[in-house]
Amino acid sequence: MSTRLVTFTLEGRSYGIDVTAVQEVLRGLPRTRIPLAPSALAGLINLRGQVLTAIDLREQLGLPPRPADQEPMLVVIRLAGEPVALLVDSIGSVVDVGTEQFEPPPDTLTGPTRDLILGAYKLTDRLLLSLDVDRAIAA
Amino acid sequence: MEEMDEIVQEFLVESHENLDQLDRDLVDLEQHPGSRDLLASIFRTIHTIKGTSGFLAFGNLEAVTHVGENLLARLRDGRMSMTPATTDVLLRMVDTVRELLAAIEETGTEGAVAVGGVVDEITAVLDRDAPVAPVDSPADPPVDPPVDLPTVEQVPVPAAPAAPAAPAAPPAQATPAAPEQPEDAGSRRTVADASIRVDVEVLDTLMRLVGELVLTRNQIVRQASEVEDQDLVRSSQRLNLIASELQEGVMKTRMQPIDHLWSKLPRVVRDLGAQCGKQVRLEMVGRETELDRTLLEAVKDPLTHLVRNAVDHGLEAAAERVAAGKSPEGVLSLRAYHEGGQVVVEVCDDGAGIDAARIASKAVDKGLRTAAQVEAMAPADLLQLIFAPGFSTAAAVTNVSGRGVGMDVVKTNIESIGGTIEVESTVGRGTTCRLRIPLTLAIVPALTVECAGDRYAIPQVSLLELVALDADRAANAVEDVNGAPVYRLRGSLLPLVRLADVLGVESDRADGHVLIAVLQADGKRFGLVIDRVLSTEEIVVKPLATRLKALGTYSGATILGDGRVALILDVQALARNALSAEVLDRQAAEQRTAGAAAARAEDQDRVLVAGIGGGRQVAIPLSSVTRLEHIPAARVERVGSREAVQYRGAILPLLRLDRHLGSVTEREGDDLVVVVYSAEGRSVAIVVDDIVDIVEGETGTRSDIDDHGLLGSAVIHDRIIELLDVRAAILAADPHFYTAAQHDDVVAALEEVR
Repeated sequence: MSTRLVTFTLEGRSYGIDVTAVQEVLRGLPRTRIPLAPSALAGLINLRGQVLTAIDLREQLGLPPRPADQEPMLVVIRLAGEPVALLVDSIGSVVDVGTEQFEPPPDTLTGPTRDLILGAYKLTDRLLLSLDVDRAIAA
Repeated sequence: MEEMDEIVQEFLVESHENLDQLDRDLVDLEQHPGSRDLLASIFRTIHTIKGTSGFLAFGNLEAVTHVGENLLARLRDGRMSMTPATTDVLLRMVDTVRELLAAIEETGTEGAVAVGGVVDEITAVLDRDAPVAPVDSPADPPVDPPVDLPTVEQVPVPAAPAAPAAPAAPPAQATPAAPEQPEDAGSRRTVADASIRVDVEVLDTLMRLVGELVLTRNQIVRQASEVEDQDLVRSSQRLNLIASELQEGVMKTRMQPIDHLWSKLPRVVRDLGAQCGKQVRLEMVGRETELDRTLLEAVKDPLTHLVRNAVDHGLEAAAERVAAGKSPEGVLSLRAYHEGGQVVVEVCDDGAGIDAARIASKAVDKGLRTAAQVEAMAPADLLQLIFAPGFSTAAAVTNVSGRGVGMDVVKTNIESIGGTIEVESTVGRGTTCRLRIPLTLAIVPALTVECAGDRYAIPQVSLLELVALDADRAANAVEDVNGAPVYRLRGSLLPLVRLADVLGVESDRADGHVLIAVLQADGKRFGLVIDRVLSTEEIVVKPLATRLKALGTYSGATILGDGRVALILDVQALARNALSAEVLDRQAAEQRTAGAAAARAEDQDRVLVAGIGGGRQVAIPLSSVTRLEHIPAARVERVGSREAVQYRGAILPLLRLDRHLGSVTEREGDDLVVVVYSAEGRSVAIVVDDIVDIVEGETGTRSDIDDHGLLGSAVIHDRIIELLDVRAAILAADPHFYTAAQHDDVVAALEEVR
């Protein structure tokens, strides 16, 4: 039983999202900030005439803000019809992982981000953290 | 089989349309019982249904329509006349036909809809009137052999003479309706040929694509203007034109006359009127007024609710009306028209009207407003309380309306499509509910503005005007009322809301210029201070994610010419959030004052507000003020114990208002601000510190807290203003002011002054 994940990085760590949820990945687009909105809502982008909400995953995962000179990449995911763009540092690749590589997050992982991480796939050179997309986009 | 289904489908669609027409015609018929045209039209409709149902083997349907047709034929030929009972039975027939059609649509068969009752009823009516028939049209019977009755077993023999009037037997027709028939049918077909049915989804897709095209057009036009390429500019201009026309064209396809909604109402009104025991005449003006079909759908329920309300609560029973000296028949009129890019729909009744005082006490009882709040509200504003949640004035809950949900739902529904609703009423004369609905939702004209480097769109509907103040003027013109910034817009104070503050961002306008967009929402005016005004353009409204909508600040988003996203400000929500309740109350009070001032002689109520030192301000009625002057202090001369000044060749007695009212002037400099006050040919000069303002009316709150030389005090623009006892003040300056002028030359001099 294997799963196909789209991988990307945030603050040097690898994360993965189920490939079926991903609509496309693209380079950063101009964003319109949304005053008064929660900080994780990083703005609105125009994706071929459609207005998408961008969510900064660094903010969601409690990571330090992205350096100003680093242009984020976008992972557009489509869940329950409404597409949402996730801001990530860089896009990795598509990998197949097996259930035997999977382990739930360690008990020492606490705090709000524990809910967002489904667990880790043990790759040979690194750990690939599986993200709960539904929770990650819920502000 | 497939083909058969299609025929049935076609039959259903057509029949439903026909039935709507039928409802209308029947109710009309009651008003004009003699109308052969109407009867002929109704007859045709039923006949068509009967014919097709026979062909498609829907026996029950055929049976019902057949007896109906018999009855109609008699009516048409004048052998029977319309009575309410006849209308009732015909309407019941229409209902039964509807039920049958619904069953056919659902199951493909006629199902278990009982038809015997209706058939019997119609038969009974036929029976009752049958003996009359030969008397009414003695010429007819001989031509009437009962030819086409085999399918209907219940039809009794007396009905037979009527049947042949059916167009099934054309050659012998001598009835007046018959010759019209082919003609009418012909013209109807032409209309049908010139139009096609289009799936709404196709139109929606088209609309979306046009929206995209408009955006792309905006982008290209922008880019072309930045490049020096004549050809490109020319092409982009053409694109611009074509896109605009296309947009208009596609919008038109979605437009439907409001009659689509209204056509259902005569029946609603009739049934409801009968149920409530009221006589109601429904008038409709502007049936052809068009609006976007999505909007049409959205106003359907609110409109029906308003109409039901008007019949149930608005109009009185006939006896009551007669007692009030009105015609026993109540008039409910619907009006629709275009006004300023919006569609206005009015529902008016000439009923008892709404008593504002009753609304007020009800609102207090229900805890919606405090007694003090109600006290300060104008009658017109009190009426709007009927839209407050949980408000219902109906003394008794009827099954028609008045469950206390309703009017607030109506308001919410109308507002959710960007419309507004207001109510006007005169006790004893009637009530008018006015809906203002945008023409379309998808594309709206908007003003784009900048704030803190971001761009926002403000729908043009809410925009009244723009005010630009340069740094010098802004420093003076923007004042504050105890911390709340205001701007004097043509004499009245406009509360200002800084967009940067509302959004919690840092304005990047540092040069002191102030730009104010004067907006109106919920009947309240306020000024939104923005950094820059960019342009007006047509924007395509894109929905926002639910989470962003919940912020209550933005109503949507749009894509601007350069491809970037801009948020659309929700002006209604801004008004609600930014204007505190007190501000709103004060505005309401101001509006009331303004209204009152208008009602009385206008000028009489305007007052001049002047400062007299010590922070005190005094109001002087403007009507007697002839001029405002600056006079060098050195020109003040003494006449005995009094001061006077030469003014245009006359001697004006001088009154220093500060001393008169026990204040001390704070004015420095060597000139005096003088209010020249004239009455009955005499003048005095009243010295004040400075002229503050001229305001409309003496405003709401007045009190009799006064002092020597004052009439009382009033609150004007949140400040206590002392009302000058002008008579006393003038007598202090010139004891003879009000006695007849003693010297002709003085009079002459004064005449000259004036």
